[in-house]
Amino acid sequence: MVLITYDVNVSTPIGRKRLRHVAKQCQNFGQRVQNSVFECLVDPTQFTQLKHRLEAIVDPKTDSLRYYFLGSNWKRRVEHFGAKETYDPEGVLIIDANP
Amino acid sequence: MRKLLNTLYVTMPEAYLACEGENVLVRIESETKFRVPIHNIEGIVCFGFAGASPGLMHLCCERGVALSFLTEYGKFMGRVTGKVSGNIFVRRNQYRWADDDVESVRLAKRFIVAKILNGRAVLHRAVRDHPNSVDSQLLGNIMMDLGRLASQLDIAKNLDSVRGIEGQAANLYFSGFNQLILSQKNAFRLNGRNRRPPLDRMNALLSFLYTLLSHEIVAALESVGLDPQAGFLHRDRPGRASLALDLMEELRPHFADRLAVTLVNRNQIDPSGFITKENGAVVMEDKTRKEILTAWQKRKQEEMIHPYLGEKVTFGLIPYVQSMLLARHIRGELEDYPPFFWK
Repeated sequence: MVLITYDVNVSTPIGRKRLRHVAKQCQNFGQRVQNSVFECLVDPTQFTQLKHRLEAIVDPKTDSLRYYFLGSNWKRRVEHFGAKETYDPEGVLIIDANP
Repeated sequence: MRKLLNTLYVTMPEAYLACEGENVLVRIESETKFRVPIHNIEGIVCFGFAGASPGLMHLCCERGVALSFLTEYGKFMGRVTGKVSGNIFVRRNQYRWADDDVESVRLAKRFIVAKILNGRAVLHRAVRDHPNSVDSQLLGNIMMDLGRLASQLDIAKNLDSVRGIEGQAANLYFSGFNQLILSQKNAFRLNGRNRRPPLDRMNALLSFLYTLLSHEIVAALESVGLDPQAGFLHRDRPGRASLALDLMEELRPHFADRLAVTLVNRNQIDPSGFITKENGAVVMEDKTRKEILTAWQKRKQEEMIHPYLGEKVTFGLIPYVQSMLLARHIRGELEDYPPFFWK
């Protein structure tokens, strides 16, 4: 499990475009847990792929990306409080009438 | 070892599956209720009439994710898969063996001996864990007879005698099955094995678990390049996954029967979660089905040491491991097929 956070300078239209692209790529690999925070359950290959894609989008002079490696024991390392319920990608995924 | 990925179950008939980028979306009345990256799942199972967009089917085929449609009662209806994959030589050899009586009998014996002994192990576990609440005398006799049948297999000459022994063993095994049920005894009494339709709750429960198991085995066989329809013990019949049924024999006691018993004994499912129809068929309610799927998914994540490989694997991967071993044997890399024995 990798936690990815980013800061993209949105003072220009091109910056806002970069922000959207970064978000979209993160979304492809993981779950949005807060505005610019994603939890991605990826294997090393997928991570390299994602990293490569993200770093091709951002402008290193104004933007930043941070990766936090939570390992396979990530469930013990994350606590949640408040709104924005998340799902456990390794847990049971059942979509039904009464979730 | 391959990583066990998740399966997405959709039990809401009004749900619609779509894709966006590399995400699978579940929409309800055009509102996105759930999204998950396709990298994190290996299968999507829809119960009832959940629809899916062609775009999603495309994505699933491309990524080798099995998209299956089942009726709300868990009967398999169809599946979207990509192009035929795997090794043609393995498949051709599989067909040759399936046509050859000697090879078919040899492999059928492997599946059935494991089925009988795994069934016996399930009974044995009950005697060991609950010596005071089960009829040890009765179960002891059954276990002895099962052992005798297993050794009779050695001398079976043709498929019919293998089937005969299998039938006797199944009857014996199910005759002791009620002993395993320690709570809610009356509600979940098994009155012999029956199906299409199941006539009591235990039969409904077992049938549903067998359906789930066969879905996984079909996917596993496909992924190692074997043809799930060409079996050794089960004869060819259009639309029947005979090889999957063959392979299922050895996994039934451990994967389905024990889970059914556990669910009942821990009172995780309730007799009121079943409905009896006019024709005597017993069907499950949504709530019960969800309970079972949850337990199934949990069981799949439990780890065990594989008896043949000696490696730690999750339960959910056992169908893959067995398929892989079978494919290796058919390809000629393994002297013999080692069936799954549960200790």
